[in-house]
Amino acid sequence: MSVDTQLFFNRDTIVNYSKKQGEPEWMLELRLKAFEQYSSLPMPKLEQTSIDNWNFSDVHPFVEESAADGLDSLPEEVRSLLSEEEEKSNIIVQKNASILFKELDAELKDKGVIFTDLTTALKEHPELLQKYFMSEAVKPDEHRLTALHAALWSGGMFLYIPQGVEVESPFQTLFWVEGSEIGIHPHVLVVAEANSHVNMVVNIMGGEGESKVVSNGLVEVFVGSGAQVRVATLHNLGAQAVESIYRRAVVDRDGHIEWIIGNLNYGDTVSDNKTKLQGQGGQADIKSITVGSGKQRYNVTSTVNHQGTYTDSEISERAVMKDKASSIINGITWIEKGASKANGQQAERVLMLSKDARGDANPILLIDENDVKAGHAASVGRIDQLQLYYLMSRGITRAEAEKLIIYGFLDPVLAEVPAESLRKRLIQLVERKLA
Amino acid sequence: MATSPKFKIEDLHVGIEGKEILKGINLEINGGEVHAIMGPNGTGKSTLASAIMGHPSYEVTKGHVYLDGEDILEMEVDERARKGLFLAMQYPSEISGVTNADFLRSAINARRGEGNEISIMRFMKQLDKTMEKLGMDESFASRYLNEGFSGGEKKRNEILQMMMLDPRIAILDEIDSGLDIDALKVVAEGVNSMRKPELGILIITHYQRLLNYIKPDYVHVIMQGRIVRSGGPELAERLEAEGYDWIKEELGIKDETVEQKA
Repeated sequence: MSVDTQLFFNRDTIVNYSKKQGEPEWMLELRLKAFEQYSSLPMPKLEQTSIDNWNFSDVHPFVEESAADGLDSLPEEVRSLLSEEEEKSNIIVQKNASILFKELDAELKDKGVIFTDLTTALKEHPELLQKYFMSEAVKPDEHRLTALHAALWSGGMFLYIPQGVEVESPFQTLFWVEGSEIGIHPHVLVVAEANSHVNMVVNIMGGEGESKVVSNGLVEVFVGSGAQVRVATLHNLGAQAVESIYRRAVVDRDGHIEWIIGNLNYGDTVSDNKTKLQGQGGQADIKSITVGSGKQRYNVTSTVNHQGTYTDSEISERAVMKDKASSIINGITWIEKGASKANGQQAERVLMLSKDARGDANPILLIDENDVKAGHAASVGRIDQLQLYYLMSRGITRAEAEKLIIYGFLDPVLAEVPAESLRKRLIQLVERKLA
Repeated sequence: MATSPKFKIEDLHVGIEGKEILKGINLEINGGEVHAIMGPNGTGKSTLASAIMGHPSYEVTKGHVYLDGEDILEMEVDERARKGLFLAMQYPSEISGVTNADFLRSAINARRGEGNEISIMRFMKQLDKTMEKLGMDESFASRYLNEGFSGGEKKRNEILQMMMLDPRIAILDEIDSGLDIDALKVVAEGVNSMRKPELGILIITHYQRLLNYIKPDYVHVIMQGRIVRSGGPELAERLEAEGYDWIKEELGIKDETVEQKA
């Protein structure tokens, strides 16, 4: 591989970091194997987007920060992202490679809930980590980005919900990157045992002033039989940041996963989520909102892989592109042989606000079973001039009328976001981007 | 308080895609008056309404339209509306994701201006009352704007907006098309309830039927892009009884539309 990369990290950097964290031998081996493989693995192949020239490796991966004295010491922009209305707060905050803050409600701890950073989890729950960490939902050698992630991850979050435990208030995790030539590799691992209920919010954010920042993140979710899991991921990185985020879920019999995705970065982004419905009657709901501005490029892919009978999925994606932004929005409903009575529906819609904005929507159905239902809808368009005229003819200004049309366009997804506080935050981030 | 509006159309010429449709319209409407413009299809009736409001497909090539002395053709569409102009459209747009109530409140607040927004309570009360008058189910408030509305529901919704926005000049473009007789009566009652010195009304219609329920003070006939006859309500009654042929004969017009040169 290129000599340049050696300036940022090499084998020794990884060994030193792993030793310093007191990681078990198997984790160091996993890191080193991925490190050796990454340069020879291909970049992921994306629909209509080549990311071969995007920089994911010329960054410092292990920039450490000192811990915070409680939430109040965090900057306002960070705190504002964390929901304050929750009385019992389950929060992890990571800046660059270090955990600044973590808190778990004691009552939940007594019920057997584990909510901690991955480094700590490696020490306290090695058997769970060895079983789930990049072993089934995603493997290090899937492509170059997963290998880089496996070699360079730091901090991270592990959430374990025992069988039958239901937790109302969301678990919140915030990954925050700051500085220049810095890479973060957020890793979120969720294991929800049978019949548990849990929901969580993951924020990945950075400031506007950063230069050459990379976030190469991975989310792995295991939904046990009859479990209900909601994962919201909100992305708000600056214009100089490049992000790839791979989210993977494996759903057992009658399990239900709901993804809520807010792609609100200012820089180039690959956003990919894939759910495998392996048990009978599993369900997946995917809602994504993408807002593009400046010259940023987005590639957003949502995939549901139906394996079990009577599985059900709905993908609903909306993208609004302004300035010279471009987005490729893909939906893939893949029903395997044997998944009879499966039902997969999807809709991707792109609204372009300027003449230089670009967008494409690709609904893809891959169906290898006869006795199923599948449907798709896609559209790419601009603001309708007659709608604008109609609203303005009632005295509403052009700017306000455009806003009504844009929010109307997003409404079918926004209105379905179940938690009030989450919906508000999502709207806030959308408003900031569209302003 | 509000004064009586003065509305004046002066030598208005309007084209679409380079073809001239209106060829010099002159008309004056004062507060308290109801004018009706009648005429066969294709003569330019709806073009007049759309051009006054500022529809993007129409181009005004000559003339002026004054509201209270200001030329509204110089203004953006939204500014015209905020000056008190209202057009009940023949084909209102459907806007997904925007509820009727949110839209109406935005429109009312746009006219009231920042810092003077209507309270939600007052707005909802007024909306409920007006919808009841028009025989509209309360579910219409939370439905997306015109989406999936029947033709008649759209027309009622236009009149609802007119009643809520309380304009100074209201133009009703073929508000009777697609309405059954009961709906027509309800809509006409709504319009009649608004008649007052602070409002001037221009009704554009193909049929005399609507004018049985909203009595006009003046009736004008448009043909070939010009007003060719003006009179009182008796003119509408004669048109209903005898059709338009007698006017064509008097004027020596073979084809009354603007599509082909006579």
